[in-house]
Amino acid sequence: MMQAPDIGGMIFHHTADAHEIAFEWPWGGEFVIHLPQWAPVHVGGMAIDLSPTKHVVFMMLAAFCVWLTMFLTGRALVRQRAAGRGPHGAAGMVEAMVLFVRDDVAVSNIGHHNGAKFAPYILTLFWFILYCNLFGLLPWGATATGNLAVTGALALTAFLTIEISGMIALGPRGYLKTIFFAPPGTSGFTKYAMMVIMTPVELISKLVKPFALTLRLFANMTAGHFVILSLLGLIFLFGTGPALVRWGVAGGSVFFVLFMMALELLVAVLQAYIFALLTSVFIGLMQHEH
Amino acid sequence: MMQDAAGAAASAATALNTNALLGAGIGMGLAIIGAGLGIGRIGGQAVEAIARQPEASGDIRGAMILTAALIEGATLAALVFALLFKVLT
Repeated sequence: MMQAPDIGGMIFHHTADAHEIAFEWPWGGEFVIHLPQWAPVHVGGMAIDLSPTKHVVFMMLAAFCVWLTMFLTGRALVRQRAAGRGPHGAAGMVEAMVLFVRDDVAVSNIGHHNGAKFAPYILTLFWFILYCNLFGLLPWGATATGNLAVTGALALTAFLTIEISGMIALGPRGYLKTIFFAPPGTSGFTKYAMMVIMTPVELISKLVKPFALTLRLFANMTAGHFVILSLLGLIFLFGTGPALVRWGVAGGSVFFVLFMMALELLVAVLQAYIFALLTSVFIGLMQHEH
Repeated sequence: MMQDAAGAAASAATALNTNALLGAGIGMGLAIIGAGLGIGRIGGQAVEAIARQPEASGDIRGAMILTAALIEGATLAALVFALLFKVLT
């Protein structure tokens, strides 16, 4: 009696982090790169595991690809300008995307007089998340942003940027006014009553924003992969039926997986854009409080 | 008697497991209904607004994407917590 295939385990194995990178061949067998496992580093009572896991390797690959993209594009643009022509080709596409993120995402949401200062950070967020998301769609690739720790770290950098830039732009008193918030135009008793009500709301909202950024990116990236892997797992679940059922399920499943992967491509680009957009909107909100 | 207690504990565990799965499933369905209604309304009203004022379509499209992302963020938070129920048996 054949055992039912462990689809849950398969899905978890393909989306979770691991200490090895496995390249499974279609004809069976696999080529496994075992990643080093370092002893946990003890810092102030916590043991932090710094060993390079699969997601860490893919993050480093994505970071390298971002640098490579920008380096090659910069060189190509310099050459194209020296030759007297406008930007064209792949460098033109990258330049168009960079200008879009800088102008329509960073500067238009943060404001004109210091939007350009934040543009490198917003651009880094966008391109790094884009590459991490896209690497998950390649064969044998892993989505680094499908890891709660990775998206949490990205949201932590966003949180620090938002709050610290808010403190610098508004001054300490103005920053505290965003926490102990009273709606403009109230005075006296109403003002203090509103402050008592609004302060917990403002504090929670400051903490919920990076939390939502984390969960949004993580869930969008993992959900698509769960659906694709579940659809492919259906083929194995029906693997012991009559030939018509087997081939029908396999055909339908592959068709749906093709559609889902196209949707995943869209979601990968959109989620990178959304993360960058929301971070710029939040930075802009802190800059404009006065 | 020991076997009875073990059987009772095992059936209680599987009942908890089934209830957790049921709860997670129903929770996910309700969360998706909320998201569908919300984002559907945003889409519909954004399209109407563009039809009324085509020159503002850029601003409207930006606001639509931003608001849809915020609502979807809340939905996906609900989905992740439902998944947590499944993982915590």
